[in-house]
Amino acid sequence: MAAALLSIALMVLDHRRNHLEHLRSTLAVLLYPVQYLAALPVLLSESAGNAIINRNQLQSERDRLEEENLLLRARLQKFEALEAENMRLRGLLDSSFKVGDRVLIAELIAVEQDPFRQQVLINKGETSGAFEGQPVLDANAVVGQVTHINPFTASVLLITDAAHALPVQVNRNGLRTIALGTGLINRLELPHLPNNADIQVGDLLVTSGLGGGFPPGYPVAEVIEVRRVPGQPFAAVIAQTTAHLDRIREVLLVWTLDPGNRPAIQAGTDEPSRETTTEPAKEAVE
Amino acid sequence: MISQPQARSYIVYLTLLAGFILTIMPLPEWAATYRPQWVALILIYWCMALPERIGVGVGWTTGLLLDVLTGTLLGQHAMGFSVIAYIMLKLHLRVRVMPLRQQVFTIFVLLLVERLLALWSTGAAGYPTPSLWYWITPIVSTLLWPWAYIVLRDIRRRFRVA
Repeated sequence: MAAALLSIALMVLDHRRNHLEHLRSTLAVLLYPVQYLAALPVLLSESAGNAIINRNQLQSERDRLEEENLLLRARLQKFEALEAENMRLRGLLDSSFKVGDRVLIAELIAVEQDPFRQQVLINKGETSGAFEGQPVLDANAVVGQVTHINPFTASVLLITDAAHALPVQVNRNGLRTIALGTGLINRLELPHLPNNADIQVGDLLVTSGLGGGFPPGYPVAEVIEVRRVPGQPFAAVIAQTTAHLDRIREVLLVWTLDPGNRPAIQAGTDEPSRETTTEPAKEAVE
Repeated sequence: MISQPQARSYIVYLTLLAGFILTIMPLPEWAATYRPQWVALILIYWCMALPERIGVGVGWTTGLLLDVLTGTLLGQHAMGFSVIAYIMLKLHLRVRVMPLRQQVFTIFVLLLVERLLALWSTGAAGYPTPSLWYWITPIVSTLLWPWAYIVLRDIRRRFRVA
């Protein structure tokens, strides 16, 4: 009886957030060996796979990467010029601008969470300077945000979790709305768009940056279905996430840098070799 | 040193640890929804076999650790596990003497209670009701009970946990 009451009290406290983060992260440290053991078979099979990869595969992978690198560098040249121009124009308008983002690569830990929540565990935590509410991206698009911070791990709530909502806008015309998670992998819904809203299949949704949590301008999802039922006040709009949330293995933790808090952010890191900074953006400002 | 049969509680905790690992071990996407409630099964067995030592307290702690491991609301599994531990303590004399075939039904009800409490608490926290596949886990776990029972009984006899 007392145990049940205690559980209910715990659940209420946990649901109202932040009261129990300390307890949770302490227990998570104690349980880290369990997670490590559970992920061990996957780690071992991966390293075995790396060990017996043959020369041809390596060669072809190297060729592919070289080609990709060339393409990306070509695109970067254009990007740098545009960025400089953008900075100059914003300077003329005297408006504030984003200095750039610092990112850190984190890997998913191969352990399962509750199958009815869209949640993953990553191998970077408090010691790497991650914080609650931090945006998480992958190479293509927005993945989710950090919800629980432990010293060595962090859990990331995916944007498709039923409890997650993300302010987005349509890239084509700037129409703002909110993308809600559905609990289904790779599906988002946009519930608050009127029937006459200018949205169509194929539209790209990007983060609007309005909630303050996510940096603006990152791709989120593509609209795959728009159903306008005349009797209903709102259109039913379904979007598919640009990130392959069921297949991600590495994610990027993002720190948005603005001139004020930059030094503090740079202090909180432990792996200088793994991090990359969008150098050009910083240089252009200083 | 100890004249009575040795306690060897660590065997109990090691099996619960194994249950944790089985619970968070990655499975293919299609198999993930069929994952049995390993920890609940193991807990039920020990509540039945050693009711004087394994009870509501152990159940509650186990549940709390499982909550942290699986990222659920803190206390969700803890509540379910303490309730099934309590019921098992009340019933252990009866369930012990039942043949395995008959035990299965009691276990099924217990597992169902655990799932129901979990559903209730996630519902109260504002999560939408999961699909009907949610209810497949007690069925899978119940089918595994005879096997789990025999393995755990052999472990208990082998290491003379009493």
